[in-house]
Parts: sequence; structure tokens; C-alpha cells
Amino acid sequence: MADAPKKPKLAVWKFASCDGCQLSLLDCEDEILAVAGAVEIAMFLEATRTELDGPYDVSLVEGSITTAHDAERIQEIRRQSRTLITIGACATSGGIQALRNFRNVTDFVNIVYARPDYIDTLATSTPISDHVPVDFELRGCPIDKGQLLELLAAFLAGRKPAIANHSVCVECKQRGNVCVMVAKGTPCLGPVTHAGCGAICPSVDRGCYGCFGPMESPNVDSLRPWLKDLGMDQQALNRVYGTFNVNAEPFREESQRS
Amino acid sequence: MTTRTIKVGALARVEGEGALKVTIRDGKVKHAELNIFEPPRFFEGFLQGRAFTEAPDITARICGICPVAYQMSAVHAMEAAIGATITPEIRALRRLLYCGEWIESHGLHVYMLHAPDFLGYPGAIELANDEPEIVKRGLAMKKAGNAIVAMVGGREIHPVNIKVGGFYKAPSKKALNGLVEKLKQGRDIALDTVRWVAGFDFPDVERDYEFVSLSHPDEYPFNEGRIISNRGLDIDATAYPDHFEEFHMPQSTALHSRIKERGFYFCGPMARYSLNFSKLPDIAKDVAKEVGLGTVCKNPYQSIIVRSIELVFAFDEALRIIDGYQPPDPPSVPIAARAGVGHAATEAPRGMLYHRYQLAEDGAIEHATIIPPTSQNQATIEEDLTTFIPQWLNMNDDDLRWRCEQTVRNYDPCISCATHFLKLDIDRD
Repeated sequence: MADAPKKPKLAVWKFASCDGCQLSLLDCEDEILAVAGAVEIAMFLEATRTELDGPYDVSLVEGSITTAHDAERIQEIRRQSRTLITIGACATSGGIQALRNFRNVTDFVNIVYARPDYIDTLATSTPISDHVPVDFELRGCPIDKGQLLELLAAFLAGRKPAIANHSVCVECKQRGNVCVMVAKGTPCLGPVTHAGCGAICPSVDRGCYGCFGPMESPNVDSLRPWLKDLGMDQQALNRVYGTFNVNAEPFREESQRS
Repeated sequence: MTTRTIKVGALARVEGEGALKVTIRDGKVKHAELNIFEPPRFFEGFLQGRAFTEAPDITARICGICPVAYQMSAVHAMEAAIGATITPEIRALRRLLYCGEWIESHGLHVYMLHAPDFLGYPGAIELANDEPEIVKRGLAMKKAGNAIVAMVGGREIHPVNIKVGGFYKAPSKKALNGLVEKLKQGRDIALDTVRWVAGFDFPDVERDYEFVSLSHPDEYPFNEGRIISNRGLDIDATAYPDHFEEFHMPQSTALHSRIKERGFYFCGPMARYSLNFSKLPDIAKDVAKEVGLGTVCKNPYQSIIVRSIELVFAFDEALRIIDGYQPPDPPSVPIAARAGVGHAATEAPRGMLYHRYQLAEDGAIEHATIIPPTSQNQATIEEDLTTFIPQWLNMNDDDLRWRCEQTVRNYDPCISCATHFLKLDIDRD
């Protein structure tokens, strides 16, 4: 009897992060068992004790590189992975913990820990793509689970994922939202922010705060005077750009502008 | 003296990264140490200088499993610092949001992270190969919890609709009514879950813990109440720093906690249940009685029953809140920046979460302290290992390793919160 065709091996890896992006996979309550049927889950510590050796057909990587040990670990994971996909703002841009990149990390260690000498950390938090080649980057803090499923489906079918790289503004139009900036004078990063969330903030009468990071060609220079006219001072602009994607240009530059 | 060593490269089914080292000498557990090596992310450091309004969004990112808990402790602490009072309608909607997170998190833990230990499966995916209907029940509950969080909070993970003072936009009565059928089904599944997990084999162990949780005169605790214990603690959150202290162990990027007067303590579902049983609705009390769980539970392996009873409560409470729901109008109360210090503790799914903020005149955060439940429980987890393992030394290495992991998972540890994971290293004769 012929062997059944081998299922592709999926591995999920974690670096510095909140676990929210890999939880998105478990949050696919209607699809997770189908996903588990279509692939062999070789490594997914949040979900199972099963640990199979590589190589892996696809690795999903969550989190940023913040320790010397992790900088080595990602090299081995890359070697073992045919396709490597980063999921979420930490893995694609360094995450909110990249705020350390703009200060002396020792200051932060001293604020949080009574015994800073017990803490081993790098001075920077960097995206996976600073260390190894990445095949696809899925944006968001957290990622959108619908996009994650599309990405996995595309991988299994051997096609390009249908994941748009336009701005949140387009998603507002698709949802039929009234523009919160025009109609209500609410500052909004939608014009410069990568789509994917479904414009959830404007849908609750709130301005976008950029958690999916910069879109492909963001015009922050044009948006700046608009945001200032709506009452944001330079410090407020520095802060809103300086959060979950602070290390992604041009948010990085806007977060440091004086 | 001989030494036997067991190592686990990575402890699975917990949130975050850690290791466990158990040293056994001459048939005795000499040392048990939960080693949290989740890379530090320094939230308290980079909160300094941020606007008070940013705390709910920033602190949510400490944990993807319980972001609502972070948002709730943050908004209550900020409102305390500023002296703002929310309306009863906003309070009810926050409670509903918290019900959603408890359901999502407990559903995940009971079915996908903890039950596989009792049934001998490496995880729920493997369990689903043999028992798909069981796993689907858990997923259905989890989905109902996520539906609440998405409806009230704007999305499941890192909700966007929460602000100091209330919400950006209140969901309509009609929208919430659309959840009712799913929540009723969820409550039935939760009842079945209690009966199911109560039939598991539990190690016959108990410890005389100091249980710590919030307590409210009329309600099972979520957002407010005094911090009490079964050894006489009864304080407001503002007195937290007077009674609790944190210290730093070399093996960990998380800080340990203890009660200054007495030592280590236990927070989480078993503490809440044992201190607040009388506040549970009849449907939850009745099923506890039906399965023979007393009003106090001291066996940490039975925490899975307690979590399941809290699922019954959370579904029932969500239905009660939706039934009486009046959309808060406006959805938030006005908040003006001012200098002040605010403390708040709320009940995250895995235990009490304390925040303290010191604000400057313009509302900038001058100092932030965040004490998550897992760092409060860390020393108690280590004591459980030291206390329980000696009776299982006749197990082979694989079984003992698994039992140690299960002992840690009793606490649903969130190492992302406590800084974050788990690797197990047993060193014995």
C-alpha cells in the first residue's frame, strides 16, 4: 500500500513578545482543527508538548530579537525552515520593546529590576529580518486572524497570499465608515497605516493609532500638518508614532522629530 | 550521594518562556526553581513620560492572552489617580468585557492547555484526533468569549474600544442581544465541562495556602473590591504596597511577591472561589455541589474544576448583564489630567493584577508599577513542586517530568505577563 502524501510540517516559534499573535492561530476556533488536519504541527509550544525535529516546511515566527541567545536561535530556525513567515509587529519591526533602542537600556533595567545584574539583554530590539532573510511579513499588533488563515491557505496551495498593502483609509471606505478626521476632527493615522485590521478604530469613533505599522508608501509629511491642526503637538506626534512600530521607518523618524 | 537528572528543553502549554529545575538528593527535593527567562521588555520603564491616556493600549501589550485585565487595571488606577467616577452603565459594560476574557482564557486553558495532562495527550490538537467533539466544545466556548470581547472591545486581542473614563463607543442593545443564544449554549457547555473535568483522576494532595483575591459585598469579583485573604488580610488596593513586597531572584526575569507579614500566597481561580463562593450564582453553586466540590478547594490539580465553574459563572453573568443592559450615554465620563497617585487591582483570569501610577500635573506618567498574577504565584508554584514531588519519585523520568509540568500548568501561568516561559530540568539521585 502506498504511503499517504506527507503533510507539510508547520512550526511556531516565539521570541520577545506577548504571545498574542500565536494565540491568533488558536483563536481560529472554526478553522484550527482543519488547519491541524492539513499540516503536521511539528512545534507549537503554546499548544502542545509535541516537538518534532526539522526541517520544517513553514515556520511562523513571533517576537523580536532582544538577547544574544535569541540572535543565535533565529539563525538555526532559518536553517531548518523552507519558508519563514514573521507574524506581528514585534517580529516585523521590533515591537514596542524597541523603545529601548532610543535610550540607554540600562536605564530601563534599573527602573524595573531590583537586581539589574541578573538581567541579560541586548541594547536593541530588532525585527527578524535584521538577522535572517524572511519570506513574508504579516503586520499587526496583533495580526488579524483572517489574514493568518489566508496566508496559510496560500502557502498550502502554493499561491501568493491575497494580502493588501494599502492604507487603513481604504478599509474605512470598504466598511462605509464616515471619516473620523473629516467629520469629527479626530486625529487618525489611517492615511499612513498598513491595512489589515478592518479599520476597527474608526469603527468605534476613534482615530487609528497605527498598530499595523506603516503602509507601503506612507506620506507622513502630508499628514503632519493635518494632525497638528487637529490639536496634536509635536510630543503627541512623537508618542503616537513611537509605540508598537516605533522601529519601522518612517514611524521611527516621526517618533524622534523635534 | 547519587544524582539523577531529568531535563525538559521546553515546558509546553504555558504562555511565555521558562524553565524548571528540580534538584533531588537522597530521595528528597532539595530545591525547585521556576526559571523564567522570557526576555525582559521593560514596560514599566517605557511607560514613564507617556500620557496617562496611553496606559490601556500600552499595558495591553504585556499579554496577548489577558489584555483586557491589563486595560481594566490601568483604567481603574488612572481614574483613581485623577479622582474620576464612572457611571453604573460603564461599570456594567466593563464587567461584561471581563466576562468575555475569562471565558476565552479559561476555555483555552481548560480544554487546550490543562485537560490534555489528565487524559495523557501532548496537546488538544492530538486529543482532537481521537475526541473531536470534546475539543469542539471547548472551541465553541472560547469563540463565545471572543465574540463578547470583539463586540465590546472592538477586537479579540488588544481591544481598541477601551479608554480611561469608559469606552469610545457603546455597543447597541440589539448587537449584544445577538450574542444571547451563543452564550446560553456556552453556559450549557460550561455545565457539562464541570461534570466532565470533575471525573478526571486527581492526585490526592492539598496544601494550606494563604488565598488572596478581591472581594466585593454583592458580586463575584472582577473590577473592584477589597483585597482579602483567609488569614485576615482585608485592605484597599491603596494599601497594597504596605502589605506586599517584590524581590528579585537570580534565575528569573520576573519578580517574586510575598506578603510582608507572612510569606508566599496563592492568587487565581482557586483563591477567588474559596474566598467568594457565597457570591456565585445558584447555577454555579449547584453544579459545584453536584460534582462534590466543597466551598473551599485546596488541591491545585482541581483548579480545572474551579476554572470550569468560573466559566459557568462568567456565561451566567454575561447573560445577566446583557439582559439589563443600558448603553452608557455618553460612553465615557470626562477626564481632566491632574497630578495624583492611583492604585487598582482587578481579577485577571489567572489572578489578581495590581497597577499603580504616579501622574504629573499634565497627566504624564512619572512612575508605574505592575504586578501580574504569575509573579505573585511563582514562589507558591515552587513550593508545590517541593511539597508534592517526593511522593512521585518512583515514577520514571518521562512521567515525573510530565507531572511536574502539570503542576506548573495548574496555575495557568502567563509568563508573557510575569515576563514570560518554561523549560524543565530535573536533577535527582
